[in-house]
Amino acid sequence: MNVRLYIWQRATATLMAPLVLGHIAVIFYATRQGLTAADILARTQGSVLWASYYGIFVAAVSIHAAIGVRNILSEWSPLPDHGAGLFALLFGAALALLGFYAVAAVVLV
Amino acid sequence: MESSELSVSLWRGAREGRYETYRVPRHESQTVLDVVTFVQRHIDPTLSYRFACRVGVCGSCAMTINGRPRWTCRTHVAKVAGSGHLEIGPLENMPVIKDLATDMAEFFEKWQRAKGVFSPSQTRQDPIAQIRPDSPARIAADAAIECINCGVCYAGCDTVRWNADYLGPAALTRAWTLLNDERDDGDVARLQAISESGGCHSCHSHQSCQELCPQALNPTGAIAGLKRRSAAAYLKGEIS
Repeated sequence: MNVRLYIWQRATATLMAPLVLGHIAVIFYATRQGLTAADILARTQGSVLWASYYGIFVAAVSIHAAIGVRNILSEWSPLPDHGAGLFALLFGAALALLGFYAVAAVVLV
Repeated sequence: MESSELSVSLWRGAREGRYETYRVPRHESQTVLDVVTFVQRHIDPTLSYRFACRVGVCGSCAMTINGRPRWTCRTHVAKVAGSGHLEIGPLENMPVIKDLATDMAEFFEKWQRAKGVFSPSQTRQDPIAQIRPDSPARIAADAAIECINCGVCYAGCDTVRWNADYLGPAALTRAWTLLNDERDDGDVARLQAISESGGCHSCHSHQSCQELCPQALNPTGAIAGLKRRSAAAYLKGEIS
């Protein structure tokens, strides 16, 4: 871990903290109100707000988790630093791909 | 005193070796260093260990006592041998030279890597710097200046165990002291050194160093201070 990765990890954590709370609030609201999939899609499809909210969330998670995985691998696995970095990069890219795919699925009309 | 004798297991060998058990007479106010010295003087003169001052100043006698790194000269047997048994090994996270003596070269090389050397901003021809003892920077420098380089924090650090490149609590605490020393002008080079891979940002803040430090210093606090200062320096473009 160097200062650049440290700042990225802390900055994305700071960004994620309110987003996680909002996400939990959305889950409570959707289940308590008994929203169906159609109800949810009616609210999210074409919504710039929901696309931005979860788009930023996915980007922050991908960066944050990739840095964490890199750190774990470099401390706990026999991989050299560049190997851990490459694996973490692929891991972050996979998270971003899956995350943006899921966001696209609920916001694109 | 519960028993007139103490059972003591001492590490014998280098990286490969074994614990050998000795019987040592107990005395009032006996220290762990007294026990080790008794074994060497009266039972086995080939036992290797390291000490100098015997009064908690030189930092050379630290060992692992019943699984925990401690300074042996200021650790009373009564405090650590409640069961009547002591297991004494070399410090962890350092190569063993022989028996209880470790090679501390890398530990001190990391002090160099962390720019733990005073970098004067004036010459001897300049007037003596006037430093207010109650200034926040001097208070922060004073808080960590009593480090005796014993290596206890380094031996007890999980991050050092997992990441051999990590500078460790002692070297980083030294860097923090110098960073707060108003007479020193090596801040940028020092911040750069402790911001690279293996620097202060590798610390997981487990606080073992703070718990174990025989001088009751707070390396975790010093490292937290370094993290703040280096992050600010990076964002200002002072370091890369």
